[in-house]
Amino acid sequence: MQKFKGQTLSWDSKSGIIELALHRKPCNELGSLSLGELEKFATALADLERDAHALIIYSQLKSGFCAGADLRELYQRSQDMEMSEAVRGVRDFLERIHRVLNTLDAAPLTTIAAVHGVTFGGGFELALACDLIIADKMARFCFPELRLGLIPGFGGIPRLKRDLGNAVVRDLLLTGRSFNATKAQQIGLVSQVVAEGETLRAARATAVQLGKFARQTAVTAKKFIKPIPLDELRREIDLFCELFPRPAVQAGLKKFVESTDVQPYLP
Amino acid sequence: MQTAEKTLDEILALAAAHFKVPRERLTPDGDFFKALGIDSLQTLDLLTKLENHFHVELPDYELQGVSDFRTLAGKIQARL
Repeated sequence: MQKFKGQTLSWDSKSGIIELALHRKPCNELGSLSLGELEKFATALADLERDAHALIIYSQLKSGFCAGADLRELYQRSQDMEMSEAVRGVRDFLERIHRVLNTLDAAPLTTIAAVHGVTFGGGFELALACDLIIADKMARFCFPELRLGLIPGFGGIPRLKRDLGNAVVRDLLLTGRSFNATKAQQIGLVSQVVAEGETLRAARATAVQLGKFARQTAVTAKKFIKPIPLDELRREIDLFCELFPRPAVQAGLKKFVESTDVQPYLP
Repeated sequence: MQTAEKTLDEILALAAAHFKVPRERLTPDGDFFKALGIDSLQTLDLLTKLENHFHVELPDYELQGVSDFRTLAGKIQARL
């Protein structure tokens, strides 16, 4: 499918560049609907990549790139069933999203996350599956999962560990603090920081440049430099499922979902 | 290092400009959530704007419970 317009995302492919646009309000929270459409994209990618050398993922929403997993859906679903059934549901969801992100991670083209605003949790993990991150100077990154008694579940820790030093990973993970694009570039996470509203333009310019090189060489280089940490990714799913039934997690989710605080996103 | 008053003044001017609120509506001890009409995500926007302007890094957990510009200015000033 060359072109698709769904409820949570759309894609199009022109001149060797695929653009995947996220547009689920309020901030591209990843729930079952988004996952279904991401799976559709991952399937379509097998055809799309034949004529493409680059993929750009960006958000059409002003609020940001992606605020992460849809915690309201996660909480509400887990309330309607026995805990053992809820954990099976969580594991199924995680395994499905890991398949999508592993497909993006290994795709034989260069992938660019063009991010702005909130890039939190699962949204940060989506960006980490890409080869390059281009951020506008108002972008903010965070792994807030610990405040819910959880760890990131969409591959965040193994992919962050692949890209950055362990001390930086511990800081991001254990403090749960958010940090801006300048800091992200300083620690080596972001390749370019651009002015507000300029990420898509910068990503497109980069994608055009990538098209000048021999595709097979780029694919070989990517495969050589970017191994997928499959064992750790599997272990992450297991750990997440071990933590999920704990009362602290259920209490954290309840508090988040029912919060009327003015700062519910702040760790 | 610039004075705390100058820092406070710059924060008020930045917040007014970014959220398109008349500067005279903002007071140092006023509740910035109410004065700016902002939610949690927009608060992070304000934080990013301030970090970029003052070239500082302010962990967002330091903002928990902070709702007035003067206290916010104190947090920024401590990192200049």
